[in-house]
Amino acid sequence: MCGIVGLFAKSPEIEERLGVHLAAMLVQMSSRGPDSAGVAVYRDRAPSGSSKLTLYSADPHERWGAVRDELCDAFGMCAEPSVRASHAVLVVAAEAADAETWVREHRPDLRVMSVGEVIEIYKETGLPEEFARAFRLEDFRGTHALGHTRMATESRVTTEGSHPFSTGLDLCLVHNGSLSNHNRLRQNLRREGIEFQTDNDTEVAAGYLAWRLREGASLEEALEGCLDDLDGFYTFAVGTADGFAVLRDPIACKPAVLAETDEWVAMSSEWRSIAMLPGAADARAWEPEPGVVYAWEKALV
Amino acid sequence: MAVAEREHAAVEVVDLGTTSLRELNQRLHDLAGGAPGPRHFRILNPSGAHAVACGLDAEIGVEIEGHVGYYCAGMNQLATVRVHGNASTGIAENMMSGRVLVDGNVSQSAGATGRGGLLVVRGNASSRCGISMKGIDIVVGGSVGHMSAFMAQTGCLVVCGDSGEALGDSIYEARLYVRGSVASLGADCIEKELRDEHVEQVRGLLEAAAIDADPSEFRRYGSARQLYTFKVDNAAAY
Repeated sequence: MCGIVGLFAKSPEIEERLGVHLAAMLVQMSSRGPDSAGVAVYRDRAPSGSSKLTLYSADPHERWGAVRDELCDAFGMCAEPSVRASHAVLVVAAEAADAETWVREHRPDLRVMSVGEVIEIYKETGLPEEFARAFRLEDFRGTHALGHTRMATESRVTTEGSHPFSTGLDLCLVHNGSLSNHNRLRQNLRREGIEFQTDNDTEVAAGYLAWRLREGASLEEALEGCLDDLDGFYTFAVGTADGFAVLRDPIACKPAVLAETDEWVAMSSEWRSIAMLPGAADARAWEPEPGVVYAWEKALV
Repeated sequence: MAVAEREHAAVEVVDLGTTSLRELNQRLHDLAGGAPGPRHFRILNPSGAHAVACGLDAEIGVEIEGHVGYYCAGMNQLATVRVHGNASTGIAENMMSGRVLVDGNVSQSAGATGRGGLLVVRGNASSRCGISMKGIDIVVGGSVGHMSAFMAQTGCLVVCGDSGEALGDSIYEARLYVRGSVASLGADCIEKELRDEHVEQVRGLLEAAAIDADPSEFRRYGSARQLYTFKVDNAAAY
């Protein structure tokens, strides 16, 4: 199963309460995915010349201040860490790739959940409601967000196996479904230099998108490539710095509903989530066609 | 009490914002077998809940004000259920008799395995509409998605708009009528002659559905009878 939600703000009011709406939508998808939950929130752009990392530590007593000091020593400047449960966001005066490489080399015990200028990814095992509380989702203001509730089928229930998966700078993927050719595809992508941290099928789809984008494909081209190269069931939602995109496989076994008002664009596995949004009763709602990429971006709305 | 007031009082309003779904469905189930109670219900704030008005077995009318989730009016017998909104997967699945009407669009597998009654969708239906239908009649005012009427056994599917790919794949003896284009026909599904009896059948179904369309504009599709073991001696049973 699994549940997916996405919310794109078209008004300052929705941006202001993005986290409140996101939490309400996510909790509605608990029955589709009680194993773990996660969100990608696009907010608080890092200052020019800086980048933003979301890091995860399995150690509940992680000394994030010390991590910040080490980053300061390496790059000259790093803002105070913003800590939420097992995750911390650090804004570093460095290129995103350099900061990420530094963490991987010097702190291999930490996981880089996201990297970019605006994205923050948080994910953890447990019920969506507990996740929303522990990570204080209701605090978030931002331009758009994706969320996921997981019912694991392909791999173990772990923090790393939860969604969203980072697919590059300011990019992420959430997935409802299961892929059947992920082992072969993972091998092929490893030869292309794409790294994997788990045996999870969605991480392979994320790696596939990262590879296609690295090779120069547009997001739309990369997603359309999924139709040929991924075997299995999927509804995907991809977050970008400016918006999000939705794709269902050509058979379209996995559900998705889209809705739009003057205030917001929303997607979800089920209407129950969208019903939580203000003005939902009068929203234009429709089911996305199979095999068609739908995208919203800040510049286009 | 004036007649109008009595009639008004006979409509029971149930707000799913304050009443649990289980309570509502139990209330409706308690009317099975002609048990005394109100015959008309209005359901408010369904908010995409699953299994609303599922398993009814009484001649009652249920109006649902808003969008519903999965399996609304599933297994329906005798009741008339109207959704003033959209419905998600499996509306009226396995319906036995009665009527289910949807003002908006419906998601996949509408009327799946239905054995009787009438399902009317005024908007579009997505994929697998009427999958494995076994006697239900389905009238769609808009279009249907891919794999509609997959393995359909008996009953009629009337589509006023277009059909997606693989219409009627592996079909048995259901009758498919489509007014618009058909993206492709599934295995063993072929176009057949639209004779007067078929025009009359479509006319009757459109009238029952209160949908205004010219029955002579439809084209008929059905089984080529090459894929399953069709025996003409059993024709009366289909």
